This record gives sequence, C-alpha cells and structure tokens, in this order.
Amino acid sequence: MTISDKEPALGQKPVRTVPPARQAPDDSPDLPGLASGAALGTVPGGEPGTEHRASAPADAADAADAADAVDEAYVGGAVTGAGPRRAAPSIPRRYGASLGLVLSLLLLAVSAVAALFPGLLSGTDPLAADPLHALAPPSAEHWFGTDHLGRDVLARVVHGAGHSLGIGAASILFAAVLGTLLGALAGLSPRYVDEPLSRLFDVLASFPELLLAMLVISVTGPGTGNVILAIGLVQLPNYARVIRAQTFVVRRSGYVEQAVTFGLRRPVLVLRHVLPNILGPLPVLATIGMGTAIIATSGLSFLGMGPQPPSPEWGSMLSEARNYLRIAWWTVLFPGLSVTLAVVSLTLVGRHLQRRFEGRLS
Amino acid sequence: MLTRRRGLAAAGWIGPVARRLGAGLIVLWVAATAAYLALLLVPGDTVDVLIADGIDTPERRAQIIAEWGLDRSELSQYTDYLLRLLHGDLGRSYVLQRDVAEILSSQIGPTIRLALTAAVFGVVIALVLALTTAGRRSWGAGLAGLSELVAVSVPPFLIGLLLLAVFSFTLGWFPVSGDRGFVSLVLPALALGLQIAGVLGQVLREGLERALEEPFAVTARSRGITEWRLVSRHALRHALLPAVTLTGWFVGVLFGGAIVVEAVFGRPGLGQLTLTAVTGKDMPVVMAIIMLAAAVYVTVSTIVDLAYLVIDPRLRKSG
Repeated sequence: MTISDKEPALGQKPVRTVPPARQAPDDSPDLPGLASGAALGTVPGGEPGTEHRASAPADAADAADAADAVDEAYVGGAVTGAGPRRAAPSIPRRYGASLGLVLSLLLLAVSAVAALFPGLLSGTDPLAADPLHALAPPSAEHWFGTDHLGRDVLARVVHGAGHSLGIGAASILFAAVLGTLLGALAGLSPRYVDEPLSRLFDVLASFPELLLAMLVISVTGPGTGNVILAIGLVQLPNYARVIRAQTFVVRRSGYVEQAVTFGLRRPVLVLRHVLPNILGPLPVLATIGMGTAIIATSGLSFLGMGPQPPSPEWGSMLSEARNYLRIAWWTVLFPGLSVTLAVVSLTLVGRHLQRRFEGRLS
Repeated sequence: MLTRRRGLAAAGWIGPVARRLGAGLIVLWVAATAAYLALLLVPGDTVDVLIADGIDTPERRAQIIAEWGLDRSELSQYTDYLLRLLHGDLGRSYVLQRDVAEILSSQIGPTIRLALTAAVFGVVIALVLALTTAGRRSWGAGLAGLSELVAVSVPPFLIGLLLLAVFSFTLGWFPVSGDRGFVSLVLPALALGLQIAGVLGQVLREGLERALEEPFAVTARSRGITEWRLVSRHALRHALLPAVTLTGWFVGVLFGGAIVVEAVFGRPGLGQLTLTAVTGKDMPVVMAIIMLAAAVYVTVSTIVDLAYLVIDPRLRKSG
C-alpha cells in the first residue's frame, strides 16, 4: 500500500460491509468462536474461500471487532508508515493489476461464448472420430491436434467449456441459494434451531472437498446432475456461514430495530429489510467459489465420476489423455490450460470484487 | 483483572477446553449418523452386493441376512453400529471380506508418508517465497505472487501430469509410478505440496506486509535492525498466526488431494482405497473413511484452537 493509495481512503468513508449499528454496546458475543472469529479478521486478503472453510463460524460480534481492528491497523499504517521506501509511485502496479483484470475478463468472455455458443468458435464435431488421424500433432487443420480417437482437441476443448463451466455455475447457484436460505434461517432463528444448523455446516465444512463430493457420488452414482449436487453440497457451508454471520449483524442493526418498533410484520421485515442487506458478500463468494467448483468438477471427472464419456469435459479429457502423455503432449496441455486459465481469471476477478467490496480500492 | 484465581481455572482453560471437546464429540456423532444415512440411501440391495459373484440361492440369502443382521429394524442396526464404533469396530468390507480397521491400517502408511513429505515441501516453498519477496516492490514479488496464484488454480492431478511429463518422461529423473522409496515420493509430494505452498505463501506474504507497516516495525527499523532480521524475527511471528488457523484446511487438502495424486502416480494408499470403495459401493469402507476424516479434522482443529489459547492469552477470558 502506498500513501497515494491510502489518502483518498482516509478522506472518503470506505464502503462498509456491515451496517454501522454493529458497534452498538449490546453486540456482545453470545457464541465466542474461540480463536477462529478473531483470527478470521486478520486474513481478509488471503484466499477467501479457505478462511470460511477453515474455521468455526465467525461470530458476528467477533468478526465486527476484528474488522474494526483491521480498519485501525490500516489507518495507522497510512499515518505511521510514511517511510521513504513507500514513496515509490504505484502506477505500474495499478496498471499491472488492471491489465490482469482486463485479460481475465476477456478470457471469461471467450469461455462464456464457448460455453453458450460453441459453434461460433469451432465448426468441428467434438465427437467425430477419425482413427486414421489419431494423435496428430497441432496443424493448420487441427489447431490443437487430435486425440487418441482422432477427435479434434480444439473442438473438444471448446465444447467442454459448456460442461465444465455449466456444472460449476449450476453448483454455485445451488450452493448460494440453499446456503443463503439456511444461513438466514440459522441467523434469524432462536438458538435451538441455530445451533444444530451451525453444527451441520461445521461438519460439512470439515470434510476434504473432494472426499465429501465423492461420498455424495457414492450414494447417487456418477453423472452431470449428481456432480452438481455433490459440489453444491460441498460449497454450501461457505455461503451459509457467511450469510449467518451477516444476518446476526443486520438483525441487531438500528433500522431493523426501528422497523420492529413500527410494528412491521415479520415476513415483510425479513423480505424487505433483512434479506437485501445480507446478500452483499455473495458476488465475491460466488466468483471465487466458481473457480473452486471448476477445479472440483475436473477432479471428479478425472476420477471417472463426472459426465460420462464421450462427453467432452476438461477433466475427463485429461483422464483419457494421461495414457498418451508420453507421445501426445497436446492432448494434455490444451484442456489443462483451459481449466487453469478459467480458474485464474475467476480468482483475479473475484479478488478485485473483494477489494472493492472491502472498500480498499478507493 | 483485579482478583486472581489459582490453577487452570484462573487461566480460563476449563471452559474453552470442555466446549471444544464437546463440539468435537458432536461432530463425530453427526458424521457417524451421516455415514449411516448414506448406507441407507445407497440404491440397491445390500444382499445383492454381498452375494456379488457367488451362487444366488434362497438359502445363501437367508444365511447372509442372518450373518450381517440385516433382518433387524434400522434403528436397532443404527444403535448397534454406534456401539460397535465406540468399541473401535469399523465392520467388515463387503468386497474384500476383511476387517475394515485392518484394511485401513495397511493403507494408511503410504498416505501419511506422502502427506508429511508434501507438507514439508509446501511449507518450505511458501516460506522461501514469502520471506524473500514480502514487502518488496520488485519483479520477484510479482513473479512469486503469480506463481502462487497459478499453484492454487491448477488442479492437483494436472500438476501431477505436468510433473510426470517433464521429470519422468522427458528428463527421466524420477520413476513414473509405484511406491519404491523416497525417489518415487518426490513428484507426488510436490504435486500435493504445491497446493499448500500457493495458499500458505499468499497468507504469509499478506501477513508479513501488514506486519511490516505496523508501528513496531518502524521502531525496529529506527533502531537500525537489518531488513532481513526484521522480517524473519519480528514480522514472521505475526504472519504465522493466520497461517495456523488454516492448518485444519491444509490437512483436508492433503487428504483430499491424496485421492487424485495417488491415482495419477499409481501409488497405494488411503486415496486409492477411497476410490475403489466409492466406485465399488463398498459401504463399510466408505463409512470408515468418513469416520476417519471426521476424527482427523476434530483432532487437528481442537489442537489448533488449544494452540491459540497458548499463543494468545486474551482468548482465555471467556472461561
């Protein structure tokens, strides 16, 4: 952080993720989350998906305290950290960051086109086998070469975007909707409902992602719909926990209390005043979560539990290609590059959103 | 604090510790129940799975039902299952017809070796990256940040495939598959460790940079301390705390990642066992793995939380 980065942030109030009412004196923690709550606040810039997964539910008050502490440290750093070392201009860094962002958005746009209208990017049939030209290296005819059945790798990569991104998006939608509902339910309910739900989120979050997804598959069997269900369930606690903490903050806020004193009916109160104010973190969570979901999807397909062959999914393409790793590098490189670039872009965009959301990008 | 109490209660230990242990037991119970529910939900008849390729006669069916106690109500089977778990009895594998505990203990060794080596690789790489580049505006820092981003974005099996392509097929330095001594452990451990290195490196760098802007860093600089000493002695302590929180997650990454990495490198271990059990619908093994994962998580997260109480006395107040 340079001074020039910070000065505007000092003058202008940063975008608050939680309403001001969080500082009310009655905000005492009723469920001290031991180390986790306090520690959570100290890693806001780390990989966000991991923070929520790694620790017990952040108690609303703890999180708010931690956020205050971070704010203070941050302002303090701007005042005291005026060493000569930090006087360097920040333009190259900003430029670099935005260049990465533009590239990411561009890549995501291309992936979206590939997912929605694969015909625009590749006219070849991804399933058309041509055994005479099996494992042909990249050429003018087949830009990305052909696989062991002579199918065009470019066509398969392009058509695979629909499977990989589609499963990722669908599972995130599932997780976000169900997670928001359950998280809000836990946050608004009395303790005897909240406690079992939170424990359930804890248990779900405690399992290694891939293992939990595989366990769901072991019950449901492989296939596209089941993969969506499995990955959605794995991601669910991330959303539920954050929304629950957010609900705690909102329901104690001044405007909700005001609405209660006005005698607003409970459904109206929840729908009109609580719900819109707890949804703030969702875009950030969903963007970064989508990257995680794509990695998980490709992992499951690699193990043969995803969309069944001959569907061109990136993970299952890699699974088939690994037998030809020694002789046909292109069958591994291009699907692998697609997964990696998609996830990197989503992560970069997600981080950008997160910085804006935290008000650090003035 | 004006009044001083004595012993453990004075330090506020009993409350947090008891709460952690209680929560851990609940997690284990929920996991056991979920495992049992999974067993009930699996489509298909257990008897069919048990008969497998054997002769399918009514007598054989009756014998299997009696032998496995399948004729009793679900509730009594469930309580029976919980009781057996309490005694450490994990049941018998449908497919291998051996005690699950025996199978697990025979497969756990290679996976623990792999996970520990991967953890060492990951921590060393992350420390080197973060300590050498934190707080510097150089191309090195940018490069390190980019490589960390890529390391967390590449699926572990893909890292494994790339490592194989470069170091085994092209350079021929390491064996392609199997479990023969340390040489065959290097590439799988690297594939698994890079995941950790990416996340840990990011968290450490973030922590270091924040610590370097705090007043104590300015004070230390004003005393004429060298930058290296400031980073390695003073800032690192602050940066390590958030990393400790992630320990539980790292264990999960190692365990989950082992499934794919063992598949890529053809290594024996818990990952392979999980894969065959899930694909073969060998539910006793699957249930045992659920319990094992839950137990590992509870143990690690309890230790981490207690470690926090040791590191940061402020957290003990709510005893």
